[in-house]
Amino acid sequence: MIMCRRATELMSQRLDRPLAWQERLSLRFHLAMCGACSQCNRQFDVLHEAGKRFEPAARDEQE
Amino acid sequence: MSTPPLDDRMQRLTAVRPRLLSFARLHLRNHSQAEDAVQDTLEAAIEKQDSFSGRSGYETWVFGILKFKILDTMRVQKRQGTWQPLEDEADDEAIDRQFRRNGRWLKEARPTSWGEPEAAFESETFWQVFDACMIALPDNVARVFSLRELMGLSTEEICRELGIKENNCWVILHRARLRLRACIEQGWLTEETP
Repeated sequence: MIMCRRATELMSQRLDRPLAWQERLSLRFHLAMCGACSQCNRQFDVLHEAGKRFEPAARDEQE
Repeated sequence: MSTPPLDDRMQRLTAVRPRLLSFARLHLRNHSQAEDAVQDTLEAAIEKQDSFSGRSGYETWVFGILKFKILDTMRVQKRQGTWQPLEDEADDEAIDRQFRRNGRWLKEARPTSWGEPEAAFESETFWQVFDACMIALPDNVARVFSLRELMGLSTEEICRELGIKENNCWVILHRARLRLRACIEQGWLTEETP
């Protein structure tokens, strides 16, 4: 069972490289049990998406 | 879409300039170098307007030019040794402030809901807080994060660019995201609560 701190490492790396299946499994298992980490996971997604939208031209074109 | 007429282009360049500048500033962490990169970009955009194919939006094309200028300037910064050594990124402050020793969240740092992402992206306040939190990041952390998330480079490309190991890159990005999430949560949610 991984702890929250390790889980956030995997959540972060998930955005930068494909995780190994053991890593995916332990992350999914942890997220299912931990509300705070699920929120963190969503926040990392928002940051990832925000980076793409930061370029304001891209934001304008979506409008 | 064809090339917009000259007047229109000048107007659009003027309109996009502040945003080009804030983009450049987040990468270069230096106001006058950011100004220079944007100035070069605007000049290139006017000179090379024939190479605008109209396949992407005009502003997107201008941003593409800026990205090249930023990478050039970053290479110069690195050569001139104005950067702190990247391998020395030993501080775990971002992590210490949010986790207990046993690896669980500190009670006061536990992430809470940010609501619907779309609502966040439409909120001017969200972008102001995002910008302020990016500026507050340590230079090296900000550089790696903005290359990855704003510029969209892969960690492999970033490592080549900065001369660091990929593993180091992942560690820095993890810290950047933890710092940013904590900062945004503090700045944004307190702002929203009446």
